[in-house]
Amino acid sequence: MSQFISKYAALKRRNAEIAWDKAKHMKVCYLFLLPYAILFVAFYILPMLTSIFYSFTYYNILEPAKFIGVQNYVNLILQDDVFLKAVTNTFVIAVITGPLGYILSFAFAWFINELPRWIRTAAVVVFYAPSIAGNAYYIFSIIFRGDAYGYMNSILMNLGFIDQPILWLLSPEYIMPVIIVVILWMSMGSGFLAFVAGLQGVDRAQYEAGYVDGIRNRWQELYYITLPNMKPMLLFGAVMAITQAFGVCDVPMALAGYPSTDYAARTVVTHLFDYGYTRFDMGYASAIATLLFLVMIFCNKAIQNALRRVGT
Amino acid sequence: MSQNKIVVPAKVAKLQNAGKKTNRRRQPNRSRIGDFGIYLLLLIVALMMAFPLVFSVCSALKPLDELFRFPPTLFPRHPTLDNFSDLVVTLGQSWVPFSRYISNTVMITVLGTVGHLLIASMAAFVLAKYDFPGGKTFFNVVVVALMFNGYVTAIPNYLLMSRLGMIDTYWAIILPAFASPMGLFLMKQFMEGLPTALLESAKIDGAKEFRIFWTIVMPNVKPAWLTLIIFSVQNLWNTKASTVVYSEAKKTLVYALQQIQSGGIARTGQAAAVTVVVMLVPIVTFILSQSQILETMATSGLKD
Repeated sequence: MSQFISKYAALKRRNAEIAWDKAKHMKVCYLFLLPYAILFVAFYILPMLTSIFYSFTYYNILEPAKFIGVQNYVNLILQDDVFLKAVTNTFVIAVITGPLGYILSFAFAWFINELPRWIRTAAVVVFYAPSIAGNAYYIFSIIFRGDAYGYMNSILMNLGFIDQPILWLLSPEYIMPVIIVVILWMSMGSGFLAFVAGLQGVDRAQYEAGYVDGIRNRWQELYYITLPNMKPMLLFGAVMAITQAFGVCDVPMALAGYPSTDYAARTVVTHLFDYGYTRFDMGYASAIATLLFLVMIFCNKAIQNALRRVGT
Repeated sequence: MSQNKIVVPAKVAKLQNAGKKTNRRRQPNRSRIGDFGIYLLLLIVALMMAFPLVFSVCSALKPLDELFRFPPTLFPRHPTLDNFSDLVVTLGQSWVPFSRYISNTVMITVLGTVGHLLIASMAAFVLAKYDFPGGKTFFNVVVVALMFNGYVTAIPNYLLMSRLGMIDTYWAIILPAFASPMGLFLMKQFMEGLPTALLESAKIDGAKEFRIFWTIVMPNVKPAWLTLIIFSVQNLWNTKASTVVYSEAKKTLVYALQQIQSGGIARTGQAAAVTVVVMLVPIVTFILSQSQILETMATSGLKD
């Protein structure tokens, strides 16, 4: 055993030496990376590590943090029934809007890409506009307003489907579908835009070569030529889709109120916001963030593996 | 007016047809029925996507009595710019001159975007094109950092900034924006698509790394950096930064506008106008750079 360990250590040391040698020859690379690395470590990594540290403490922002071990995690998993509700909601939202939003973004980017140039620009603007427009989703609170002035109620009542207005954003059974619709509406975001730019870069000659080689319809073309060429952007889009799907917070808070009826629109991040900024229990909020973080990393790994197999 | 209406669609239709013909020649694997189905689908979804935007523009043009009409109407019956002129009047009453808010936001947006573009592309370039110890790990950390929730890092971030004496300065907004992980990720993914042969031939010709970066890599990933500009402008333009900037004279435009928006029922019309004004800059930036993206991609010599 000890022999094994010493051998392993020697191997590691040898590897480190090689790496150090290589690093010395590539000083200029580090120079390029340096400005970004400094800022990134300072404003992203340090706060992240601090938060993970806080998740093992009781920290109410005013008093110094008190170390309490894994108590936050124990409370979170075993005692907090609202958290369970939040987890369920988040998973429902993530499972529906994540993959669907991702696929729709790609599908529409792909369709738009084949439009003649003039309409193409206009189409990209129309599809991307909801994510550009900041908090335009507030409009949905008017569309789904609970009284007869709301558009949805007004239309349904005029058509005779309902005879009294539905409280779309207050009754637990309607909140989630409305939120999912709004999030899907907003899902043509950064991933979509990267797809549009990426699709433009696919070499035309490859399509012609594919045609000669016997590709007969647009779906084969998509699977054998377009998708493999788009892998870097697909990966980018996937990561963005995960962060958006799990990070849902503003939309339910703006539409369904905060807190929402019966916690029907409570998501993990809403829960985190509640503890961090209403109850000032930063330790607990950090524990929620850390758990969410782990789940997201896991999803990301799974998707990366799936994408590696595309088109082969 | 009516003449314009007739002339423009005819012109557009002609251009469309011209585009379609060249497209069809280039893309052999397309069935007519499939094309038609896709166009139809796109049209329907586009209407749905555009509805709330059309709605907000229409609301901003409605006089106050029409905003509360029942049954609600989409298009204003008597369109008016009153809401916008009211907005200007309200803005004129603020004790910090309104131009100050505008210049604050413009400065933050321009500085933040330019810095982010430069710093992130430099880092992305070496991460994508050179294999050096620690590079891969660093990139993985960046991707992972994208997934950590921003609300909980806000407090440690604040503590750090107050240590550095950056609270109540623009740096507190600009410096974190420089290092936004999303921009680096995007640039790196695009730069990976650059043919390595292109860089090697430059190196053989004796170009140093910075020269390769500046004269070969950057012009070739124009679509990527235009996309990055869109993201960054959108992000910084909408920043309220109310947690790190306290002096009224340093507040951003969106912050000031949202104060007006929260003025209750009497300001419903102005609030609608504010929504349109806030949307305007990101959308205009987007349209400008978007047409650029489509333009450059068609002609770029980026082939392996």
